[in-house]
This record gives sequence, C-alpha cells and structure tokens, in this order.
Amino acid sequence: MAAVWWLTIPQTVAAASLSPRAPDLGNGRTMFLAGGCASCHMTPKQKDATRLGGGLELHTAFGEFFVPNISPDPKDGIGAWSEAQFVTAMTKGTSPTGEHLYPAFPYPSYQHMRIDDVRDLFAYLKSLPAVAGRVRPHELKFPFSIRRSVGMWKLLFLDGKTFTPNPAQSAEWNRGAYLVNGPGHCAECHSPRNRLGAVIESRRLDGGPSPTDQGGVPSIRQDKLGAWSVDDIVGTLTTGDTPDSDRVGSVMIDVVRNTAELSGADRHAMAVYIKSLPPPAK
Amino acid sequence: MILRRALAAAGTTVLAQSDPIAARMALMKANNDNARNVGQMIRGQAPFDAAKVDAAFVQWAETAQKLPGLFPENSKTGEKSRAAPRIWDNKADFDAKAAAFAKAVAHNRAEAKTSLDGLKTAFKPVSDACDACHKDYRLSQR
Repeated sequence: MAAVWWLTIPQTVAAASLSPRAPDLGNGRTMFLAGGCASCHMTPKQKDATRLGGGLELHTAFGEFFVPNISPDPKDGIGAWSEAQFVTAMTKGTSPTGEHLYPAFPYPSYQHMRIDDVRDLFAYLKSLPAVAGRVRPHELKFPFSIRRSVGMWKLLFLDGKTFTPNPAQSAEWNRGAYLVNGPGHCAECHSPRNRLGAVIESRRLDGGPSPTDQGGVPSIRQDKLGAWSVDDIVGTLTTGDTPDSDRVGSVMIDVVRNTAELSGADRHAMAVYIKSLPPPAK
Repeated sequence: MILRRALAAAGTTVLAQSDPIAARMALMKANNDNARNVGQMIRGQAPFDAAKVDAAFVQWAETAQKLPGLFPENSKTGEKSRAAPRIWDNKADFDAKAAAFAKAVAHNRAEAKTSLDGLKTAFKPVSDACDACHKDYRLSQR
C-alpha cells in the first residue's frame, strides 16, 4: 500500500525550472485556439468564447464531469495560480493543491506541448475577462471518484514526453504533427480506448465511440480519409464542410469554430500531417 | 426503397405516419443534395443557377416545416437513424431549432437567387442553422 502511495505521488513542475521570459500573447492565442480550451471551458448558453466560467456538464461512462472555471477570477478561476502551477496542470495533470486531475481534461495530449507554448497560453488566459462563479465538483462513479487512483493510471499511460520532431519529415509536417497530437488533442476523441479509458496507441486517430453521447467519432487516418485531398482537409478545418457536401456535426462544430481562426499555414500543416496517416496495421 | 424515397419526397402523410424514420432521412438526404448543388456553385465548380438555388430553398423550407412531426416516441432507434436520444428529452428546443432553420431559409431565399455573391452571403445563416441542430441532435458516425 505504501508503495502504491509513493508511486502515485502527483508530479509537479518547479517554478525554478521556468527561466524568465516575456510571453508571446499572439502565440498564446494560437495555443488557445488549437487547444480548444473554450469548447469545454466557456460559460454555456452564451457566445463569447473568451468567457471561461466553466459549468458545462459532460456525461461519460465514468460519471458526470462539471468543467471548471479557468477565467482569471482569483477566487473562482485560475487568477491566483502561478505560472508553474499552470504548467504543472497542463503537462503533469496535477492541481495546485497537489491532487491528480482527471484526464477528461486532456493533459495526456497537452503533456506533449512545448513549455514555452504552455507559458504563452497561460499569459493569454490571464488577459481574458474574469468570470465569477465556482463550478460544482464532479459526480463520478466509484472507484473513479477516488482521485488518487488516477496516479496509477498516469503511471501506466502517460509518457511525460515533449513532442520531438521527426527529422525525416518536413518542418510543415512536424508543425502539423505537433498541433494535432499536442494542443489539438485530436486523438482524445478520434481514437479507440481500452477498458481503463486510455487511448489504444497502436490505433491512435482510428476513430472510436463518442465520449459524451451514443454516436461515433470517425477515423481520420487514410482508411477513412483516403479520398480526401490535403485541400479537402484544410477546407473542413476552415468551414466545417466535408467533400461529400455534408457538414461536420456534434462537438466537431466547436472544433472547427476554433481551427477556422488559426492561420492558413497552421491549418495546412495539420492537413498535411493528417493526410500522411496510414491505415492502422491489421 | 426508391418508392419509399419518392413517396417521402412527395410528402405524403401516409409514409410520415407509417415510417417516420425513412421520411425524415429522405428529407435530410434531399437537404444534402441541395446543399451539394449550392456548394458547387459557391466553390465555382458549377455555374450559378437561380432556379436550382430557389429549388434548394423551397426544399429546405419543406424540411423545416415537416421535421418536428417526424419524431414519435416509437421512432427512437432503427433503420440507421442518427437522431440523438436527447431529441425526445428536449423536444421543445429541437422544434425551436427547426423553426430557426425555417426562419433562416425564408429570410434569405430572395437574396440567394440574385447572384453568386448574393448566394454566398445568404447561404451562411442557413448553414449555421443546420449546425445549430446537428450540434446536439444528430449523432456523429464512426
């Protein structure tokens, strides 16, 4: 038991490890869009994506999650957080009070982000309006309600690795790979998961059941997108239109609302990477 | 199957009562066909054709008017229906979104057939109204 306790101690990032640096708010906004923060954290039933008061309810197999307030409100949001605490949350999945965060918050993807990008994102979030109102705690089924159990899950399923570019691929491909697998966290919806709720890595991006309703999320590998060109993929990320004259639906509508505001170069990079994904090995 | 589609497109209430899933899927298929026509014009893949644009808006108006009545309690599953279960828990909101779609179509019908630029402007609010319903009420597919 003591060994389990020790193994599941939440990891943190020390403030001393973050060298002084002026943040880039423009890059912070890019990370905000690519990261899709507003899609979960914006106050529901209103249209301002910069109001991140939380409150959205996610109904999942593990129970009900109530998305927290990440506005810079010092009492009800992250206004009192230090930069190191934010980097810790994003890359280690640990809260400022030293508790494990649930991976419904997709830090298994965000862990791959470059630290400077995370720091820029923090600066951008701090520049947004403060929204009052603390969100209620999650209502999860036993044993998921025991936060410490997430520690074991992290040992099994987090690699803690920052994205490493593939030197055999172009800079554009690598930018796309970074955006898709890091802040974009596409695999969190577009992949099948095992019994413990972790992405099955060998089938990353091959589609799976929807995490929040009875629908399915399509593969975005070439087994499904073989007939799509790079321009088709760019088009979908820009307008939500698909090559068969349909439109993306469900939560993907929110994703496109964000990707539509990225630079054309970033969308093209994501499309180049996605187009390169082979069907999974049988 | 072809006869079913033809009957649905003709809008007979007989089919609507006996097979509402097929009827509503036929309406959505027709929506998609018309969206394809309009989309091709907007992307410059087909010439602007005012008559086809108007036919699209007429068919979308028909869908908006008929749709709310095609979700009886016994039609929640089957026949590859992608209707989300939450439609039946939120029928008033679903009906309101169908009404908003009807309004977007009616409001933009005249401008859409004036010119290609008019179409580009007029189609956006219609497309947004499609999304507003599909966000919560159409299940995505694997």
